[in-house]
Amino acid sequence: MINFSRFRLDNGLTVLVHEDHTTAMAAVNILYKVGARDESPEQTGFAHLFEHLMFGGSVNIPNYDAPLQSVGGENNAFTSNDITNYYITLPSNNLETAFWLESDRMLSLAFSDQSLEVQRQVVCEEFKQRYLNQPYGDVWLKLRPLAYKVHPYRWATIGKELKHIEDAKMEDVKAFFHKYYTPQNAIMVVAGDVNLEEVKVLADKWFGSIPAGNSFVRDIPQEPKQAEARKEWVEADVPVDALYIAFHGPDRLSADYYATDLITDLLSRGASSRLYRALVKENQLFSEINAYMMGSIDTNLIVVEGKPLPHISLEEAEKYIWKELENIKTHAVEEVELQKVKNKIQSTMLFAELSILDKAMNLAFFEMLNKAEDYNHETSKYEAVTSSDITRLANQIFTEENSNTLYYQSKQKENVE
Amino acid sequence: MLNRTLAPEFQNIKEISLVQPESTSYPNGLKVFVFQQNDIDLLKFEFIFSNVLLEEELATLNPILSSMLKEGTKTLSSREIADTIDFYGAYLMPEYSYDHTSLTVYTMHKYVGKILPILADILQNSILPQTELGTYIRNNKQNLQISLQKNDVLARRNFYKEVFKGTRYGVIPTESTFDSVRREELLTLYNSQIRPDNCTLFVAGRVNEDIAQMTATLFGNEWSNNASAVEVKLPEFQTASTDLKYEQREDSLQSAIRMGCQIVNRVHPDFPAIQFVNTLFGGFFGSRLMKNIREEKGYTYSIGSYIGNLKYTAFMTLATEVGVDVTTQTLQEIHNEFDILRQEKTAAEEIELVKNYMQGSLLGSLESIFSHVDKFKKVYFSGLTTEYYHYYSEVIQQMDGSKVQDIAIKYFDYDKLFKVVVGRM
Repeated sequence: MINFSRFRLDNGLTVLVHEDHTTAMAAVNILYKVGARDESPEQTGFAHLFEHLMFGGSVNIPNYDAPLQSVGGENNAFTSNDITNYYITLPSNNLETAFWLESDRMLSLAFSDQSLEVQRQVVCEEFKQRYLNQPYGDVWLKLRPLAYKVHPYRWATIGKELKHIEDAKMEDVKAFFHKYYTPQNAIMVVAGDVNLEEVKVLADKWFGSIPAGNSFVRDIPQEPKQAEARKEWVEADVPVDALYIAFHGPDRLSADYYATDLITDLLSRGASSRLYRALVKENQLFSEINAYMMGSIDTNLIVVEGKPLPHISLEEAEKYIWKELENIKTHAVEEVELQKVKNKIQSTMLFAELSILDKAMNLAFFEMLNKAEDYNHETSKYEAVTSSDITRLANQIFTEENSNTLYYQSKQKENVE
Repeated sequence: MLNRTLAPEFQNIKEISLVQPESTSYPNGLKVFVFQQNDIDLLKFEFIFSNVLLEEELATLNPILSSMLKEGTKTLSSREIADTIDFYGAYLMPEYSYDHTSLTVYTMHKYVGKILPILADILQNSILPQTELGTYIRNNKQNLQISLQKNDVLARRNFYKEVFKGTRYGVIPTESTFDSVRREELLTLYNSQIRPDNCTLFVAGRVNEDIAQMTATLFGNEWSNNASAVEVKLPEFQTASTDLKYEQREDSLQSAIRMGCQIVNRVHPDFPAIQFVNTLFGGFFGSRLMKNIREEKGYTYSIGSYIGNLKYTAFMTLATEVGVDVTTQTLQEIHNEFDILRQEKTAAEEIELVKNYMQGSLLGSLESIFSHVDKFKKVYFSGLTTEYYHYYSEVIQQMDGSKVQDIAIKYFDYDKLFKVVVGRM
């Protein structure tokens, strides 16, 4: 349970405040409602590249990081397909420095050519380090376009290809900023050793005069229901085969989201989970197996992925996974097993309340989804899931025609044989 | 009118104040430290064992033992342990470091009575079953094959192998190490290592009378030392090469660069000052290495240097992954940065920034009660007390241009580092 207050400035900026005086620190989290799903197919990777540029100096402050570090603060940011999230932690008596820095870059960036030039290179190196120069690093560059044909989730946040990043122009950077980095498109959460009245004064002082900007209507093409199974084989220079099966599932605000999340927990959370027991421990078929949901705002992916042992072919591996999926479709989950995954949700929620930054991020995320109050009802939504919900959703999701299978085959293994 | 070019006034950063534990020792040799925190519904029990080595070259057995601890006891199968732990929403985590093996459990307060007896059983009656060992070995061999495709992993392995050669810290697992593991050896290790007189237990959370009593009974009274203690041997370090080793991998898009050397550890009076200079040099986002090689040149997504403290030594290491076309230039830039650090006096402004950054990050590292335990452990296992943190803050506050230079000349010398590049150049 996280207590918080909310107020809104005239320019549309939403501010949430959570007081926790057990710490001497404050967290300031600003979520901008823009992610890779807002990009055009010809300019992918832009939201993420833009996140880098947000550290390249703003209109009145040439350097973002140094003044923050000088008062004992740290910061970072991440971009997902749905949002871009910036966060600061700093000693609470220096809270105003965070307001000064964040308000200036919301007001306007410096739009320095040198920053664009360097960050294009840095992001290209990031692309190589994380996606191209890693075994299995390019899986999501292949799996996304296999599973999504229409929705912009079909590309990864890093972008479709290096070229899109290399081609980024300053005029595009400016247009992106003016459209998305406005007070009305942002949510700020201030948490920790702070008080509401102080935050109100600071928010008004630093953010109050920023122009509201123009509102826009988000019009994202939604993915039509998949009608037939899709399969793709790739060969790569990796020592071990891998299999990925992605299914479409409920969006983040659907009532069925919770049961679906619990299905993936039943399948692969912890050493007692079904796939791990059946395919790694009791039968030696896989060295690794995992199931999870992406947690996207729009239509989700539920992914089952595994690395079979050398004596198991990818086709056999696929059959073994399907056998477990058929099992959860046809046999009702017993209460005790369902209670197990619910208990794990309970303890996970307790962990999430240990850190002011986690609390700030969660409040911002739920405020963006609908309203931050919902965060405090998450556990009870999981508690309400029944065994028949599990059966119904497993039958809805785990079908051939809803599946996207990527067979990731080792070239090295072939050579050995 | 608001002047946005002016920074708000800086407020001094507070000192940290640490929760002090209550400590108890039991006749079986177990030491327990309890960190009380009443408003939290999670409890943490962390059993930490000093690594015992049958032989230096058998150092790879310790991590295997650690993972195998939850795989079965005389009365509970691997599956039964997993089922119970998961059912009560607990987390059971065997962990391993160069000097210690630990078994940690996080549990919700209301279920602690269900969880602790399993821990007691694991500590007293593990049998490390052959079937589960087979599974572990098979899976870890496969994981190793994958890791060995990564340039940064290869560079790291080269680094440890050279800098710590001939000692436990330099023993790197290979596929054949996994093949040669025998259950009997692991059992011998289990008996000599997982025992109360080699264990320190850290408990954190709301520890009421019942929980204290249960802890005393299960771990203080009912747990005994089965065999006689193994004599601790000290590692004998050798001089490492200072060459540049190049491992070519034709298809690489990036090269992994890694370098470093041994350095004095936490008990040495210079240690906080070394950490200061390391932070300034490569230890945070605003460091010189990041500013030059990422933010000015765009050669890399990330570069950093790090000081690792160990029981018998410590090390400084620097790592990055850079485009193959700029690998040589990056090496040159790193070399230059070392020279500048040693030859030029650091400006007061930069020193002030690093001081405040480090004080802020120390304050920020204290969050839940669990982080108080971590702070305590760090100094406890170095044979120090929490007074160390006052000393640390004092040293940091007193750093100036000449002190930075003195430390740089003494400890930060490019020519004395072992260097490795895996990739192309």
